[in-house]
Amino acid sequence: MNALLLIDFGSTYTKLTAVDIDNEEIISSSKSLTTVDTDIMIGFRNAYRTIEEKCKGKNVQFNEKLACSSAAGGLKMVAIGLVPDLTAEAAKRAALGAGSRILQVYSHQLTLREVRDIIQKKPDIILLAGGTDGGDKDCITYNAKMIAMNIKDVPVVVAGNKNASDDIEEMFESQGVYYRIVDNVMPKLNILNVDPARDAIREIFMKKIVEAKGMRGAEEYINGILMPTPAAVLNAAKVLADGTDTEEGIGDLVVVDIGGATTDIHSIADGEPTRAGVMLTGLQEPYVKRTVEGDLGMRVSAESLWQAVATRKIKKYAPDLKYNVEERCHYLAQNVSEVPQNYDEIEFDEALSMVATEVAMERHVGKIEDVYTPMGKIYTQVGKDLLNVKYLIGTGGVLAYSKNPEKILKAGLFSEDNPKYLKPIEPKLLIDRSYILSVMGLMAVKYPDKAIRMMKKYLINLQ
Amino acid sequence: MKKNIVLGVIGADCHAVGNKILDHAFTEAGFEVINIGVLSSQEDFINAAIETSASAILVSSLYGHGEIDCRGLREKCEEAGLKDILLYAGGNLVVGKQEWGPVEKRFKDMGFNRVYAPGTSPEMGIRDLKEDLKIA
Repeated sequence: MNALLLIDFGSTYTKLTAVDIDNEEIISSSKSLTTVDTDIMIGFRNAYRTIEEKCKGKNVQFNEKLACSSAAGGLKMVAIGLVPDLTAEAAKRAALGAGSRILQVYSHQLTLREVRDIIQKKPDIILLAGGTDGGDKDCITYNAKMIAMNIKDVPVVVAGNKNASDDIEEMFESQGVYYRIVDNVMPKLNILNVDPARDAIREIFMKKIVEAKGMRGAEEYINGILMPTPAAVLNAAKVLADGTDTEEGIGDLVVVDIGGATTDIHSIADGEPTRAGVMLTGLQEPYVKRTVEGDLGMRVSAESLWQAVATRKIKKYAPDLKYNVEERCHYLAQNVSEVPQNYDEIEFDEALSMVATEVAMERHVGKIEDVYTPMGKIYTQVGKDLLNVKYLIGTGGVLAYSKNPEKILKAGLFSEDNPKYLKPIEPKLLIDRSYILSVMGLMAVKYPDKAIRMMKKYLINLQ
Repeated sequence: MKKNIVLGVIGADCHAVGNKILDHAFTEAGFEVINIGVLSSQEDFINAAIETSASAILVSSLYGHGEIDCRGLREKCEEAGLKDILLYAGGNLVVGKQEWGPVEKRFKDMGFNRVYAPGTSPEMGIRDLKEDLKIA
């Protein structure tokens, strides 16, 4: 049988999925603890043995092995721009869209204090932006110099004012900095162009980062495609929404991914106003958008979640809770491998996940504001209007294993109590029960049609 | 050498009369006026200023949306490399009869160098601009 092995090196578990490529079916899957501290291949081989066991007698031949990874902290970046709301924000969005975790965003000229801060944060890649093409070039040139003089061992993606590129090139060459110069993330005012930077980041991730995370052995074993796991999820969402020449997509969608440390929201939609008489303001939104909430998570970030939303909001979703919310959140943050067993524990986890969904969606979607003018009330919209997206897809452990995924996902929908947030009103709810979204993103790089059909089959409709 | 200045009416505002008066007055006073007219976006002002190496941007607004329309202009100028450009605003900048002090402060906080109340004569702007640009 012609099979494909899809590998997800997670920060806790290494997950393997075997796919029958001809019949577009999952043959089996397995997982084992990730062994990033010793040799990442040990955990992999454990999972591989399990899958071989399960495939016994089926004559499975793994002709290709593709992998994504968020092991060893995933891809960590800092983004640097000029004005906070403009190129610094554009750089941040490009880095998030490449599947990275943003450690910090810097704007204007870097100070030595900030340079020391960057060194201490140990980013895998620095994204350097600033200035529109033909606009300000002093700031980005100054920041490039600060990097060249002080931080030589971190790869830099330069995506700023094209007029500064000659100077930067010369500086980085002479100082031996590893860099790539790509098209500006903001070539004209308010126009976003994040794809070139995104591609360069992924390329460097494959070439340099993978090796640095002790995955050299893995690289020899797999065939080529290796990307950060969030980038794979984003890729899966994009092909599923858009389709290909030959396979139709399902249209605009939002993915909610609730993890132990972060809650990610991905949206594939242009987000233009759907209501009449609404003026769009602010920076252009990317069609493929990802936001990451580092303070909203089920375990590592349980305490920061509590701090971000207050007890009242958590109790709203679980009125009869026995626990002291603060104590339980503290406990969960200390015991990250805790799996809820009884009714109370499950209820608490569900309440947490609902709050995480609600708040992460609020931060992802656009907002409507009223403005009073001599002609009466008008509305301005900042961000994406997602009122009419067709699908809301849930993924991540708590959703995949929950008995009530529908209840959790509904916490992310539009609410009359807070109508200024442009969240989906009545999307179809899908759940990624077999945990395939990230690996389908990998598969879609080479076999988009097959991946789309498999997602249509394996994402379960909740209504 | 004549100083270039960009003049226009911002946003969805199409009040053209004041714009003509200002154009005439500042031209008479010896400035090279690049008048981008009514219904001009922030980007139009900035692009015109870059193209012409202008020393100042003069924004008019009559219809009361001035505050929304002008928000972020200074930041965009920075990004576009217009570091030291002077920003002036004048007209009926806000809705209704509001106390002038706080309005002026709001615009100054947004990065405007000078803000003019309704009914200010063009001569005052001309005098200020000459002073700010240090020309006699």
